This record gives sequence, structure tokens and C-alpha cells, in this order.
Amino acid sequence: MTTATAVRFEGVTLRLGNHPVLSQVSFDIPQGQLVGMLGPNGAGKTTLMRSILGLANPFQGRISAFGSPVTRGSTKIGYMPQLRGSSGTMRLSGWDFVASVVKGHRFGLPLHSKAQRAEIRDVLELVDAGALAKRSLNEMSGGERQRLLLAQTLIGAPELLLLDEPLNSLDPHRAHDMLMLVRRVQRELGITVVLSAHDLNQLVGAMDKVLYLARGQAALGTVDEVITSPVLSRLYASKMEVIRADGRIFVVPGIGADVTDLHPDYSANVRRQPSQQEARHYA
Amino acid sequence: MLEYDFIRHAFMASTIVAILAGAVGYFLVLRGQTFAGHALAHVGFTGATGALLIGFPPLAGLVVASVAAGAGMGAMGEKSAQRDVAIGLVLSLALGIGLLFLHFMTTSATQATALLFGNVLAVSVETIKVLFVLAILSLALLAIISRPLLFASLQPELAEAKGLRPRLYSIVFLVITALATAESVQIVGVLLVFALMVGPAATALRLSNNVLRGIVLSMVIALVEAWLGITLAFYTDWPTTFWIAALSTGFYCAAYLAGWVRLRLPMTPVSTPLLIGALDEH
Repeated sequence: MTTATAVRFEGVTLRLGNHPVLSQVSFDIPQGQLVGMLGPNGAGKTTLMRSILGLANPFQGRISAFGSPVTRGSTKIGYMPQLRGSSGTMRLSGWDFVASVVKGHRFGLPLHSKAQRAEIRDVLELVDAGALAKRSLNEMSGGERQRLLLAQTLIGAPELLLLDEPLNSLDPHRAHDMLMLVRRVQRELGITVVLSAHDLNQLVGAMDKVLYLARGQAALGTVDEVITSPVLSRLYASKMEVIRADGRIFVVPGIGADVTDLHPDYSANVRRQPSQQEARHYA
Repeated sequence: MLEYDFIRHAFMASTIVAILAGAVGYFLVLRGQTFAGHALAHVGFTGATGALLIGFPPLAGLVVASVAAGAGMGAMGEKSAQRDVAIGLVLSLALGIGLLFLHFMTTSATQATALLFGNVLAVSVETIKVLFVLAILSLALLAIISRPLLFASLQPELAEAKGLRPRLYSIVFLVITALATAESVQIVGVLLVFALMVGPAATALRLSNNVLRGIVLSMVIALVEAWLGITLAFYTDWPTTFWIAALSTGFYCAAYLAGWVRLRLPMTPVSTPLLIGALDEH
């Protein structure tokens, strides 16, 4: 496995208006890995992704992707925003939804060359969405629409995918399928994927690294390195306990911890860890 | 029927306007900005009555006011064009001011009715020329921006990440919409702009989920409605606008019913082999 860096944060401070999101954060996201980005609501997961896309400039510090400072419109980065309600009501085919991304920034009519049509077919097949090409978005389930959004990110053969909450609003079964699909695509293409989620246990077993954000701080490493009492206590600036029970991991405030500033979402409330069969799928 | 000049002029004007309204309307419906389009027509009414008051052609006032309003609405951002309450208030204020302008005029009744409900049978050759030039400009501009506009409409955040400026496209598109609205007012009037701008596009979206086919279909439906409307008006002596509005609603209901039936057909045992055949083709 390569150890080259996909994304580097060096002393980065991010703000959303006057609200501080990240404070003096440094980490390296290695290439060719699936990184799960976790943290409570409002921890800055979306803002961090937008900063890698060049849409949110750091107040301080440097952000680089593949050795160059980040800029808007990078072809090396694919982005899947959180699923918005409006796309679900559109009477447009899956094909057109994905095709709109192909050279979407260029002037002209929405016509596509033979090579572009082949690319659209390829990404649809890659995410098992070939059968969705002719169906309308308003007739699809949330999971099917998520697959099309994933296909959109793969247009232009990016080396890094930023997926913002792709498992949101999916039932546990479909969320699991989506995660496995992301894992398979990431492995097949050998690309880097940063995937944000709320549920730690949903990702355990599938992700190579975890990037945990809390209270303006970040920690990157394996689950065993990051989801520990000392690391999380440092991030939250308050005593945190990590409890492993029945195959699940719980993050809870420690005895005597000041919980007044903790977001109610601090706990990675969880489902089961993957079964052995599922673990084989992930592998 | 075609031996009359006024009928030939009506067909020419409605052909130009229907093609433009059909194309622009498709994106308007897709972007969920139909109410914004409706409001632009009302602001145009204020411009038209204001122009009449100071002795200018109403079409000039209509174009200037609606284009200014379109640009302003676009500049306020993507979401402003979807804010029903704000748009509703602007719409009623515009209509109110238009009424005030009419109050100051002495020969207002006919012109007010023509502006509010359209009068395609009274379109002059000069107006047709203006409509033609504006339509060509609008369609050319729409063709140039259609690809990024579609991208920004379907996936604004992704488009922004890819270097597009969604707000810029919002402004340009609403200016094009304003021009299309000003043209449509000539045919169906301020109050029934929906009939030409929204009805055909919504019908097309019900009939096809393919973008290019949908745009062409929207233009064809608008054209058929306008032509049929004039023909029916000629033979019945009822207002053209009534017929266009009735056809617009009728076509939409027919498309809705067709979709409803199509959705339920595969459920019947008779059509099951057809469905399997269709799937095999994929």
C-alpha cells in the first residue's frame, strides 16, 4: 500500500462566518485508503470537505491535495454532497442525472460524444446502476439515488472522492450495501475515499482510517488508535470513556466530565459490529 | 382562415413565442421556479402600464421591467427565486402599482384587458419583428448556457465544486425567463403566462424523462396549444387565451392520466410478457 499523501492539512483554522470550525489542525490523509470522517453534528465535517474542494478558504494554514494547494474545480476530486430533497422529485432519467456532470462546466447544448456516453455507461455499471439509467429519479428509492450520486462523483476519473453523509436516511440494510459498494469501488479503482458519517459502528471493519472531529480538533488514525479514552478526551477537552460491549463501541462522557458543552450527538450511538460473513465482504 | 392578415400575424407571433416559452419553461419547471416566472410577468405589467403612462410602447416597458426584476431575483441567490411568500408579495405589489398607473390613464380599459389576458389577434407586424429578434437572442443565450445551467440546476453544490458559479447562471436564466415572459404576455397576458410557460413544460416532463426529448416536446406542445387555440378562437369566436389555457390544462391532465395508466399496466397479467420483453432490450 502506498504511503503517499492525498490530502494534507497544515495548521489549518477554518471558520464558518464568525463561527470557528477547526482550530490549528494538521493531518495527512494517505492515498488509496477509505477514511471514515466522524464527529458530532456541527463538528465541521461538511466544511472540511468544502475546504478540500476550495469552496471554503482556511482562515489560517495550508491545505494541499496531491502535493498542490487546493483550488476550486479540481478534476482530481469527486464530491458527493448530502442528498437534497429536490432531486428526489425530479422526473429525469438516471442517465441524464449522471450525464449532467460530464463537462457540465462547459458552454453548449447538453449533448455527449460517443466517448462521453461510454464513460457514463462505465460509471453506472461500476456502481451497479445500469438498470437505473432509464428510470426517473422520482421513482427511485433513496439507496438507488445514492448510487447515482456516487456514479456522478466518478465522472472524470477522480483520484479522491469526498462523500458527505452517503449513508444518511438509508435503513441499516441499505446503508450497509452502500458502504460495501463504496468499499468495492475504492478498492477496484485504487483511489482515496473520505466518507463522513454519524455512526462509528456502521463504518468499523470497512474503513482503513478514522478522522474524528470534535470541538475544533481532529485526530486521524486507525479505530484502535483514535477511538480511545485519551484521544477523545483530548478532542472533546473533557473526560470521555470508550466502552466496547457486545461488539459495539460506545463513546460516553466520563464520570465527572463537564457535559454542558457537549453536543447531544457526542455519542457514536451504534449498531452491531459486522458479522464474520460481513467482514469477509468488506475484505 | 389564413386569408386574414390578423390571423396570419397571430400564427407568426404565437409560433415565435411558443417555441421560446416551451424551451425556457422546461428549465423553469425543472428548477422549481415556476412561481418566479409568474411573478416576472406581473412586474412586467407594472412596466407596461408605466410605459403607456409616459408614452412609450407597452412591450418596451414590459421587457425592461421584467428583465430588471429577473436579474434582481437571480442576484439575490438561487433560493430567493423559490421563496413563495416574498415572491407573492412582490407579485401583488407589482399588480397594484400597475393598477395605479392605469388609474392615471384615460384610455385604460382595452389596454389593461390586453395586458392582463393577452390579445394575439391584435399583434402588429412591428411587434412580430421585435418578438422574433428577442426570441432569437433568448434562444441563442439559452443554447449557450444550457449545459452548465442543467448541471447547476440538478447539482448546484457539485457544480460549484467543479468551478461553476450557480448564482451567475441563476441571473442569466432569469433574464432569459423575463424575456420569454414578456413575449408570452403578448399572447396570453400577464395572468395566464402559466398556460404557455409552465403547462407545456410540465406536460413534457410527465411524458419523457429525457432532457433533450423533453425540451423539444415542451416546444412542440406549446406550439400545438397556441396554433389550436387560435384556430378554435377563430371558429368559436371565444377568446384565444381561454382556448390556450384550456388546452394547456387539458394536455397536462391527459399526460397525467397516461402516466397513471402506464404505471399500473405492468401490474396486469396481460402486460407482464410485454414488461419482460422491454427489460430484455436493456
